[in-house]
Amino acid sequence: MNPVNYLYLSALLFTIGAAGVLIRRNAIVLFMCVELMLNACNLAFVTFSRMHGNLDGQIIAFFTMVVAAAEVVVGLAIIVTVFRSRHSASVDDASLMKL
Amino acid sequence: MTLAAAASTTSTGEAVQFWILATVAVIGALGTILMRKAVHSALCLAGTMIVLAIFYLANGAYFLGVVQIVVYTGAIMMLFLFVVMLVGVTAADSLKETLKGQRWLAALCGLGFGILLCAGIGNASLKSFNGLGQANSGGNVEGLAALIFTKYVFAFEITGALLITAAVGAMVLTHRERTERALSQREQSERRVRGGKQVPPLPAPGVYARHNAVDIPGLLPDGTPSELTVSATLRGRGQVRDVSGEALADLAALEQRSARWLGRDAKGGKGAKDPKGADRREGGGGADQAGDPGDDPAGAGHPEDSKGVAK
Repeated sequence: MNPVNYLYLSALLFTIGAAGVLIRRNAIVLFMCVELMLNACNLAFVTFSRMHGNLDGQIIAFFTMVVAAAEVVVGLAIIVTVFRSRHSASVDDASLMKL
Repeated sequence: MTLAAAASTTSTGEAVQFWILATVAVIGALGTILMRKAVHSALCLAGTMIVLAIFYLANGAYFLGVVQIVVYTGAIMMLFLFVVMLVGVTAADSLKETLKGQRWLAALCGLGFGILLCAGIGNASLKSFNGLGQANSGGNVEGLAALIFTKYVFAFEITGALLITAAVGAMVLTHRERTERALSQREQSERRVRGGKQVPPLPAPGVYARHNAVDIPGLLPDGTPSELTVSATLRGRGQVRDVSGEALADLAALEQRSARWLGRDAKGGKGAKDPKGADRREGGGGADQAGDPGDDPAGAGHPEDSKGVAK
């Protein structure tokens, strides 16, 4: 088996995540789909790191994880705040930035 | 190290592992976007992330594989679950389309995008590859550390600033400024008395000594279940169990059983067994029923009722 298959899997997962962002309306599920896309990118980075025989790809994947963790913290805080003021986690309802 | 040598050629075992786990990963990803409830989506995503951690390990990224499990499935997914609990588990997505045909167009876009990506990968010349044997020879963690603290040290410092900013941002966002003074305990109790509803604590749930679960309402002196004893959340979900009829059914079954028992015994030694059996039946029935009528004169309000039962 060629490691290229990992890249195909990564592309597939990224596509599924992107389609989820377009289809779903619950803000939390939307956020999970973004996480899925980030994970797919990480898999591609790790596979490229193996194909090229150096560790730079793994470093980039590591930084992606850190940024994703920071993003999740802030994003979920925003979702909780929006839910407090509107009592809904649907992105359709939040059409205005303020009440 | 055999792993370092094997990294430049993929074994049959890795191929088998890939095809099985890739299926699981794709099913998990599909479950994430297709499940109606956010909790199910989160669990599906956690499964996909664990599979990805195994793929990282298989690709020679030992440090990242462990970090993926600790950080992603351990911290980030649990954070997601916390927020799902805060926002409400039962809040399922409505399936009504607000834009006509949006879902099909989104699926079509996704399909096109996936074909584009796969075609790009297929056209690239990736026939041969170098394994990580050379790079991992001094240990994966050591190699990563050497890179982070030399070539990428500036990015690493910036990452620290980013994490601090994110932590402060989350605190600022979820912090609620109090605009009025907090009520003292005295003011709260005065307000409650003036409001005139339920001054003492709410009565406890449970019936007799057998059912003290929180979803079972306590019985009023007339035998009807009391709404006050069960939490409003359970009432709203319709998860209140009513066992007030069960006790009577149990009693009837007991009486029937003891009657049959006595009937069978009547053939043998009637004189010895009969009074004992009758006594037991009488006592059991009496104890079951005594709880309510006994409290009837004293317990007009709910708290007294539950207290009487507890005694």
